[in-house]
Amino acid sequence: MATDGKGGKDRDFQVVGTPLPRIDGVAKVTGQTRFADDLILPRMLWCKLLRSPHPHARIVRIDTSRAAALPGVHAVVTGADFPIPFGVLPVSQDEHALCPDVARFIGDPVAAVAARDEDIAAEACRLIDVTYEPLTTIGSVDDAAKTPAPQLHDYADSGNLHKQVHLEFGDLEGGFAAADLIREDLFFYEGNTHLPMEQHAAVAEFSAAGKVTVWSSTQCPHYVHRALAKVLELPPSRIRVIATPNGGGFGGKSDPFNHEIVVARLAMMTGRPVKICLTREEVFYCHRGRHPVLMKIRTGVTREGAITAMDFESYLDGGAYGSYGVASTYYTGALQTVTYDIPSYRFKGARAFTNKPPCGPKRGHGTPQPRFALEVQLDKIAEKLKLDPAEMRLKHLVQPNTITANWLRIGTIGLGECIEKVVAGSRWKERYGKLPYGRGIGLACSSYITGAGVAIYWNEMPHSGVQIKCDRGGGVTVFCGSTEIGQGSDTVLALIVAEILGIEPADIAVVTADTDLTPVDLGSYSSRVTLMTGQAAIQAAERARAQIAEAVAAKLSASAERIGFVKGRVFDVENPEPGLSFAEAVVVAESRFGTIGSVGSYAPPKPAGKYRGAGVGPSAAYSYSAAVAEVEVDPETGIVRVPTIWIAHDIGRSINPALVMGQVEGSVYMGLGEALMEEMVYRENRNVVHKFPSMLEYKSPTTWEMPEVITYLVEGPDANGPFGAKEAGQGPLLPIMPAVANAIYDAVGVRVDEVPMSPPKVYKALQAKAKGAEPRFGPSSTPQLIWPEAVCVRTPAEGGDGKAVPRSTAVPTA
Amino acid sequence: MLRLPAFAPSFPATVDEAVRIKTAHGLDASYVAGGTDLYPNMKRLQQTPRHVIDIRRVPELGLLNRGAEGQLRIGAAVTLTRLIHHPLVRQEWPVLSRAAATISTPILQNMGTVGGNLLLDTRCNYYDQTYEWRRAIDFCMKKDGKICWVAPSSPRCWAVQSSDLAPVMVALGARVILMGPKGSRSIPAASLYRNDGIEFLTKHPDELLVRIEVPALRTSRADYQKLRRRGAFDFPVLGVAAWVDLDSQGLVHAARIVVGAVGSWPMESEEAAKVLVGQPLTDESITAAATAAARRAKPLDNTDFTIGWRKDMVPVYVRRALVNLLRPSSPSDAAGLPPAG
Repeated sequence: MATDGKGGKDRDFQVVGTPLPRIDGVAKVTGQTRFADDLILPRMLWCKLLRSPHPHARIVRIDTSRAAALPGVHAVVTGADFPIPFGVLPVSQDEHALCPDVARFIGDPVAAVAARDEDIAAEACRLIDVTYEPLTTIGSVDDAAKTPAPQLHDYADSGNLHKQVHLEFGDLEGGFAAADLIREDLFFYEGNTHLPMEQHAAVAEFSAAGKVTVWSSTQCPHYVHRALAKVLELPPSRIRVIATPNGGGFGGKSDPFNHEIVVARLAMMTGRPVKICLTREEVFYCHRGRHPVLMKIRTGVTREGAITAMDFESYLDGGAYGSYGVASTYYTGALQTVTYDIPSYRFKGARAFTNKPPCGPKRGHGTPQPRFALEVQLDKIAEKLKLDPAEMRLKHLVQPNTITANWLRIGTIGLGECIEKVVAGSRWKERYGKLPYGRGIGLACSSYITGAGVAIYWNEMPHSGVQIKCDRGGGVTVFCGSTEIGQGSDTVLALIVAEILGIEPADIAVVTADTDLTPVDLGSYSSRVTLMTGQAAIQAAERARAQIAEAVAAKLSASAERIGFVKGRVFDVENPEPGLSFAEAVVVAESRFGTIGSVGSYAPPKPAGKYRGAGVGPSAAYSYSAAVAEVEVDPETGIVRVPTIWIAHDIGRSINPALVMGQVEGSVYMGLGEALMEEMVYRENRNVVHKFPSMLEYKSPTTWEMPEVITYLVEGPDANGPFGAKEAGQGPLLPIMPAVANAIYDAVGVRVDEVPMSPPKVYKALQAKAKGAEPRFGPSSTPQLIWPEAVCVRTPAEGGDGKAVPRSTAVPTA
Repeated sequence: MLRLPAFAPSFPATVDEAVRIKTAHGLDASYVAGGTDLYPNMKRLQQTPRHVIDIRRVPELGLLNRGAEGQLRIGAAVTLTRLIHHPLVRQEWPVLSRAAATISTPILQNMGTVGGNLLLDTRCNYYDQTYEWRRAIDFCMKKDGKICWVAPSSPRCWAVQSSDLAPVMVALGARVILMGPKGSRSIPAASLYRNDGIEFLTKHPDELLVRIEVPALRTSRADYQKLRRRGAFDFPVLGVAAWVDLDSQGLVHAARIVVGAVGSWPMESEEAAKVLVGQPLTDESITAAATAAARRAKPLDNTDFTIGWRKDMVPVYVRRALVNLLRPSSPSDAAGLPPAG
C-alpha cells in the first residue's frame, strides 16, 4: 500500500495511530535519562552567576580581586569579557552574557565565577564588589508610556515602548455599521511562567583541538549554536551544541541564555569543563514566560451572532529584554481570525520595556491572552443576543480551505466536531444555564498553529532536516536536530520511520539535537516538530525505502512499486512468499548501491500575506480545540473548584494517541493553573522585586486541583501534516481559561475579566453584584498611546492581494 | 542548586545531653528534628547555626501515649505522619489528626514533627527568601535589616505564625513541657507564644520542647478549618481552631476560638468565647461569635492572597468551624479524617 505521506485517505497503518509506549519512557521512569545536571566530567569546575540586586542601575565599577584571590577560584568574568550582544530574534540583539554597563532587572547577571566546587563559587560571588548607580525604574506598561527616559534600550520604537504595531484588514467602518450589536470589553491577563520541573543547566568543555562543546537543557540547540558563535567569535564549526533531554520546557528554554555563553567562555579560559545548574529562583529570572497583557476588544455582530468587524488592542509588559517579544506582540493579534469568520479586523499592539525579567514564549505564545478576551466576550454577546453560546459559535465557523481577513490560509478545521463532542459529553443542552446557584458550565474554543510558517531568521533553507542510515543488520538510525523536551518528539520520529520502513520502533535508534551529528531543526517551539520533522522524516524514509525497494524488486523480479514493507518484511505484494527480512533487504540494497542512507527536509508553505507583519500567524495547519469546564463556586469565599473538563481536540491524525492525550491533559493542567492561580508578579513599590520566586509561593495546581479530564480526539487528516497530523502541544491549553470564566458566570452571575480568576477577585465581583453594582472584576482603562499609521491590507473577499495598500485606497468606497 | 551551608551535627541520646550541648553553644546552635523548616531556612541564610542538634535519637521525645489523667502525651519529635495515623489520636482527638494532615504534604509529614510545627519560625514573604533576594530590598527587621517592609513605620516585625497545630493546641488547652538548663517547666500552650514576629516564643532559646499534653475531650468537641490556596503544600493563610464544651442541656459551658495565620501568634478571641458561653450553638450565636472573633484579626500583606479578602474570610471560617461542631458525631466518627496509613 502506498505511503505518500500526504494522509487524507485512510489506509492500514502499522504503528501510526497506535498508543505505543514512548521510546524513552522506561529510561525516564527508571532514572537512566541523563539530564544536563546529571553530567559530571573529569576536572569539572562549577559556575555561579552574581546577579544585580537593583532593578535598573548603571554599573560604575566591578572589583573582582577579592573573589579571584579566594582559594579554589579558577576564573572570574564580567561584562567586559562579553562585549558582543545576542538575542534570539535578529531584530532584538539586546542581551549580553553579563551586563557590560547597565543591569535592567533584579536578577540580571553581572559577573560569574568558575571554582572547584559550588560552595566556593557562591562564596566568591559574594566577594565581588560592584558599585551601582541606580536609575529610574520602569515598573509597568503605564510607567513605560509615561517615562520615555531613561530608555532601557535605544533601539525601541519610541521611549520605552519596544514595539508598536498597527494593522488594518478590510472595511472596519462598514463592518461596524452593519452590526446589530457592538460590544466593547476590557480584559487583563496576568503574566505567568513555565515552571518546568528541571532547572536550566549547562556544561561546557573546551578541547585541546580548540573546539567548544556545550551540553544544555535547551529547546533550540540551533539558536544556542548561533548565539555562541556570535558572542565567542568562533566559527560555528568550532562549536558543538548538544541539547540534553529537557525536563520540561514549555517555551522557557527556547532562547539562548546568558549562562550557556558564560560557561562556554569560562571553559575556554580555564581549559576545564565548567558546569552551571540554576537555582529555582534563577529560573524565575530567566523567565521568558507569558506576557501580562491588557486588552480592549470591540466587536460588531449581527442578531445571529455573525461577527461583522473586530477592533483589538493589546498592551504587553515585556520585561527588560526583547527575547521573542516582537513575535509575541504580533501573536496577540494574529489568531483571532482563524476560528469564527471575521470579515474586517484591526489590531493595535504595543510592547513595553520594564525592569523585570524578560517575557517571551510560553505554551500558546501570545495567543492565550487574546483568546481569553475573545471567548469571554463571545459569551457576553451570546447572552445579550439570547443565543446559545455553543450554537452561536457553530454557525459562524471559518470554512475549510479559505484565507482569513488577515491572510492566514486555513486548511482543515475540525472545530465544529470539537464543539459537538464537548456539548454532547457535558450534556450542555440540559445543563447550561440550568444548574443550581454556585455550579455552572462554560464553553470556549481555540486554535493554534502547527509550526510557525516563517523562521526566526530570514533564510530560504529547510526548517527541519532528517538523515537516515540503514545498517546491514536491520537497524535504522534517524538523525534530526529536533529536541526532546518531554513532548515525545524522539518517539514520533521513530514511529514515522517505522511506519514507512515497516519495522519495529525498537529497531530504530534516534539521534537528536546535536549540532555535530544532526541536520538542523529549528527547535522545539511553535508546535512545529511533529509536522516539520515528521515531513522531513517521511521524505527521508521514503527515499531510503525506494532504494531498498529497487534492489529487492530486482532480486524478486517484481516492479519496485509492488514491493511492500510490513512487519519487518520486504516482499512482492502480489507474491508475498518468500520475501525477505528487512535486514536481508538492506543487505541486498547495500550490495547493489553501497551504504544505504538518505536525507529529507521540510519547509512550510510560503505565507499568503505579503504585508509587514505577515510573518507571524501563518502555519502549514491549524489545530482546533473546544472545551467545556464545570465549576463549583463557593459564593461565600469566591473559591472556584473545577471538578470536570471536557475537551475535544482536532489533531488531524494522531500519530500516537497516547502522546496526544498526554499533551491535551498536560495543557488542561497548565491552563487551569493560569485560570485559577498562577501569577508572575512583582512588588512595584519595593524595587520591582519578584514577589515570590519559589515553587512554594508561586502557586501552581497540585494533583488535588486537577479535575477529571474527558478528552475527545477529533481526526480529519490535513493535507499538510505528516499522515495528516496537526499539533497537540499548545492549542488545548487555550480554551481552558475562558471556559472557566464563562462557567463562573453561569454559576454565580459574575464576570471575572482577568486571569488568574483567584478567589479574592471572584469575591469582589460577588460583592459588587450584591450591592447592585456591575457584577464584574476587571480593568477599566487602557494607556493612552500615540499609534503609528496603520498598515492597511485589503482582505481576500475585497479582492486584495495580501500586500499593504495606501490607506486612501484600502477601503472600497460605497 | 541552593546549597546547605556547612554545620556540625550532634546526636544526643538524652534530653539532658541535648540541653547541655545547646547551652554550651548558645545562639550558635539550633535544635532540629525533621528539619523541614530549619534546613530550607539555612539554605536561604535566614538562620545560620554552626551547630545543629538532632534530637530524634532521644527516646523520650518519640513517645506517643495516654497519660494518667487521660491526657494525650505527644513527644516533640513524633512525626506528623505518626500523629495523623495513630489509632488513639484518630479515636479520641480526631481534630489533631485532621489538622496535622493539612500540613504541607505526606512526604514532608514523614519528616516533620509535632514539636517542629509548634515551634515553626514565623513566616513572611519578605523574609522567606534567599539572601540575594533579601539583599535586593536591603533586608528586613527579622534578619539582617532594620525595617519591617510589611509595615515600614512599625517598630515591630509582623511575620506570621503559620503553624496548623498551634491554634489547635491552644484551643484544646494543651500544655507544653520545656526542659532548660535550670530544669523543666510546664506551661499552657497559649503561653508559649508572643505577638511578635521575631520574638514569637516565650521559650528560652536553650530550652528544649519535650512534650505536649492534650487534655481528654470528654464532653467537648473541636474543629479546625484551614484556608490556603491548594489542597497540599501550602501554609495556612488562615487557620481557625474552635473548641466548645457543651453541658447536658446543649448549652455552651466553655469555649475557645483561636485564629491562626493572621498575626504573629495564635490569636485567641475571648470575646467570641464570651458570646457563646451560656448559649446553645445556633445560627445567631455562631454568627455573633464569628463576628467577634474576626474583629481582632489584622492580616497584613505578607502571605498569599489579598489582605481585605483574608480579613473577610475570618468570620466565614470561624462560622464553618463552629457549624461543624454541630454535626452529630461520636468518638468513632471518622468523617474528614485522612485515610489510615
